[in-house]
Amino acid sequence: MKWEVVIGLEVHTQLTTQSKIFSSASTAFGAAPNTQTAVVDIALPGALPVMNKAAVDKAIQFGLAIGAKINQKSVFARKNYFYPDLPKGYQISQFELPVVEGGAITINVDGVEKVINLTRAHLEEDAGKSVHEDFHGMSGIDLNRAGTPLLEIVSEPEMRSWQEAVAYAKALYSLVTWIGICDGNMQEGSFRCDVNVSVRPEGQKEFGTRREIKNLNSFKFMEQAIKYEVNWQINEIEEGRKIQQATILFDPDTGETRMMRSKEDAHDYRYFPDPDLPPLVIADEWIERVKATLPELPVAMQARFQSQYGIPAYDATTLTSSKEMAAFFEAVVAAGADAKLASNWIMGDVSATLNREEKTIADSPVSADALALLIKRVMDNTINNKTAKDVLKKMWESGDSADTIIERDGLKQETDTGAIEAIVDAVLAANPKAIEEYRSGKEKALNALVGQVMKGSGGKANPGMALELLKKKVS
Amino acid sequence: MSLSLEDVSRIARLSRIAVTDAELAATQTQLNRILHLIDEMRAVDTSGIEPMAHAQDVFLRLREDAATAPDRRAAFQAVAPAVENGLYLVPKVIE
Repeated sequence: MKWEVVIGLEVHTQLTTQSKIFSSASTAFGAAPNTQTAVVDIALPGALPVMNKAAVDKAIQFGLAIGAKINQKSVFARKNYFYPDLPKGYQISQFELPVVEGGAITINVDGVEKVINLTRAHLEEDAGKSVHEDFHGMSGIDLNRAGTPLLEIVSEPEMRSWQEAVAYAKALYSLVTWIGICDGNMQEGSFRCDVNVSVRPEGQKEFGTRREIKNLNSFKFMEQAIKYEVNWQINEIEEGRKIQQATILFDPDTGETRMMRSKEDAHDYRYFPDPDLPPLVIADEWIERVKATLPELPVAMQARFQSQYGIPAYDATTLTSSKEMAAFFEAVVAAGADAKLASNWIMGDVSATLNREEKTIADSPVSADALALLIKRVMDNTINNKTAKDVLKKMWESGDSADTIIERDGLKQETDTGAIEAIVDAVLAANPKAIEEYRSGKEKALNALVGQVMKGSGGKANPGMALELLKKKVS
Repeated sequence: MSLSLEDVSRIARLSRIAVTDAELAATQTQLNRILHLIDEMRAVDTSGIEPMAHAQDVFLRLREDAATAPDRRAAFQAVAPAVENGLYLVPKVIE
């Protein structure tokens, strides 16, 4: 039987605020345990939450960026459960009226575009952290993270493969970091994904029973976890067992998923509106104000790059995979480089070297201006493309400019016709057969000789000029 | 609507409230009385009325985003039953 996979995602993004969502304690990562907690975060009786305006700003930004409806009146609710890293006994979240409703994100898998609709995005507080190392048989609790603002982004169950799920998570990641509402540091838990997975026979309308994989903090783990889970579910059904709704964890060491809790002991969260927090009201002016500060979004920028710079769609998509890369590209072009050449260099040698060194474009030792100068030296025929690759390597290591390296290492392309002519003559004398072939109409016969001329010149000849000379000599 | 004894035990467990078997029946009676009151309120026709999320007709107060709270860990932990290495210690929890 053919099976269809159905996937929906819930993503918790930590918002980049200075202070917590309901207290003025710092949200900075990595402080000594419990040094960033206020009375609200440790739930001292009588302490009252006061909403952080910046968290709402960021939720509005996100809503606008995905074309969603911003609910001008939204409600905070208590989600009740007991766990020591949640000292109030409930998490303040949103239930019936979230701040953002609807919207969509376009993903691209192997060149095929697909629109993934979002259900909602709501504001809530993060919980603290439990440390299960041995404290004489007890658990340690650090409440620094308690109260960090989260935007939980919920998709419709519209993904049909792990590839689509990962593409969606990546697209969402690039969007939230692009608009700057999340720092994207997955190791530190800034972007955590819960993945709902079910399978059904192809053609069946009803969804199968889903299991939820909790807290994936890498795209690689997401891929592994979904692949494993899908196989497991299909196997269970084919062997005649029923899937039970459950919450499961992925273990990166074994590559397997395991049960965290079944539906029987699932929480009954007993949501109700939080009496400490009256409804959040967002006026038109507020939305307009946020709209005005929103940066140009990736999709709009891709279209502009194609029309303004005449580069292909593939280039435009790649260059807008991060805001930093897009800015770098525009800076290189602004400094006088040809757009297509700039795109080739950034997507090619520059990206390859950055990947090898595990750096991002922000840490590139070669600045946009420096790269532009190198490209201009190719454009004005001072050096050829092959030499330019070597020059870039040297620029990368030394920090010297292209001109300094070309001058110092004597890499300037030989444009003195006399000097190249001598080499061309020698090459032709050694290859009478190629001349025969060319004269008998085989145009390409001479192309093979260009390489020899280049070699004879120590790489400094202009390949185009060498070919011209070869042709001139034999005709 | 009324609750069975099983419902009451379950609610007690979810709320982490210890209710002894002896207290169970009395708790059931009390909870059912509250539910009965709610049933009476439900009988009121509220069609066409927008539900309120808060008892008062007020809007949420907002504050500027500034991390101004001082570190008061020492004071907070002075009244905690058990602390170590800056962490609060609680009975072991691993789900």
